[in-house]
Amino acid sequence: MNTGLQRLHAKRAALERRAACLRAIREFFHSRDFMEVETPVRLRAPAQERHIDAEPAGALFLRTSPELHMKRLLAAGYERLYQMGPCFRRNERGPLHHPEYTMLEWYRAAADYHDIRRDTIDLIRHVTRAVLGAEQFVWQGRTIRTNDEWSVISVRNAFMQWAGWDPVAAYEPDRFDLDLVEKIEPALREQESPVILTDYPQAAAALARLKPDDPDVAERWELYIAGLEIANAYSELTEPREQRERFNQCAEQRRAAGLTAYPVDTAFFAALEHGLPPCGGIALGVDRLVMLLADAPTLADVVAFTE
Amino acid sequence: MYTASDLRKGLKIEMDGAPCVITDFQFMKPGKGQALYRCKIKNLITGGTVDKTFRAVDKIDKPNLEERDLIYSYQDGEHYVFMDSSTYDQVLIDAEVLGEQRHFLAEDMEVQILFHNNRPIEVTLPFFVEKTIEETEPGARGDTATNVMKPARIENGYEIQVPLFINQGDRVRIDTRTGKYADRVSKGF
Repeated sequence: MNTGLQRLHAKRAALERRAACLRAIREFFHSRDFMEVETPVRLRAPAQERHIDAEPAGALFLRTSPELHMKRLLAAGYERLYQMGPCFRRNERGPLHHPEYTMLEWYRAAADYHDIRRDTIDLIRHVTRAVLGAEQFVWQGRTIRTNDEWSVISVRNAFMQWAGWDPVAAYEPDRFDLDLVEKIEPALREQESPVILTDYPQAAAALARLKPDDPDVAERWELYIAGLEIANAYSELTEPREQRERFNQCAEQRRAAGLTAYPVDTAFFAALEHGLPPCGGIALGVDRLVMLLADAPTLADVVAFTE
Repeated sequence: MYTASDLRKGLKIEMDGAPCVITDFQFMKPGKGQALYRCKIKNLITGGTVDKTFRAVDKIDKPNLEERDLIYSYQDGEHYVFMDSSTYDQVLIDAEVLGEQRHFLAEDMEVQILFHNNRPIEVTLPFFVEKTIEETEPGARGDTATNVMKPARIENGYEIQVPLFINQGDRVRIDTRTGKYADRVSKGF
């Protein structure tokens, strides 16, 4: 066997663990009456996000997320949807990143980010039990107990406690990103239960709606397990005018930074104008979840090919 | 200038006027936030290490570095004299820059010297050099274990640790990167 084949052979345990995770995820959604869907991988108009770069594919782009198509299905009356498949982000490569990775997204109509949180807790507990036959696992020397009550920490409190400032009162984008990786994530690494970091500053809302009784924050949370960012959830923004403004603002920021601004997804906006029901949704990095359950230090350890 | 996307392990950069090398590198990207490049950076002159996180928009200075192959000639007090074999220029290097490696130099040895703004900052010897053992306790015959060591002096009086079976007059190879005994080349008389 050449070295490439030997490397593949040596990954067998990790790839079997990966297959078990995928099976457990599909079992979970099947048992809860979510319909699995597949939406286009090549898009004309990826979601406009300041810091997410789409890989060009001819005249189109590879998807960075299936989000906009999933929302069109919601607008057409589908109520519980999930999708698991490849997504692509240009120039993201590191121990926790690969330009091609597997994303799990699910959406629920008549729901918000609290409902999605309950789904997520149940999903992670189910997958851990199904794959490991346990309620806990050890990742890189840290024990994570999925059955313990999960910590819920607001972004404001996390930053006040570990970074000494309030990003909701006065948002500073550079300082926010730096402190998140240098102060908040290391502190979250010490938690033995999964952590929900919730209620992001309005300026970091992305596609989340603002909290009706506290519009300084967005109904968005991120799941951290052992300090690894695993998922990002929203009460989805359904208001077309506000969505258009946010995309336009991102497009301007991208152009100012010398980046490609993506075309407007007219079908998505037509769906929003028609009416997106109140809904919650989430994107979860499957490779990172497999890393946790395989006790693997890097994403490349749980992916067969990382060209 | 480098941009953050050029950063990688082993890249030499300039920070606060000093040449540095990136010894550890990690790509990070929090949530919907910007890409961040977390680096451990070693100062090539002082050897000190600092952590620094760069943003995608940051520009990083390129150091003015030049690597030259020079031939060692002789020692002149605190200086070591090297020669450029194409220009016949003489270059003086301080003992301090050579560090422990100065003990392994030999006449006509070709070495690589790294210059920062024309100042020599790092000398790389061939990985292995041969030296004769001038003095050591007599070897224990038949004891070929390499895990028990004893002191021995090489030609210039420098002391290294060698296995018990090594005798005076033996020729040994030394790893210049670690300064440690590697193996025996030939037995003495």
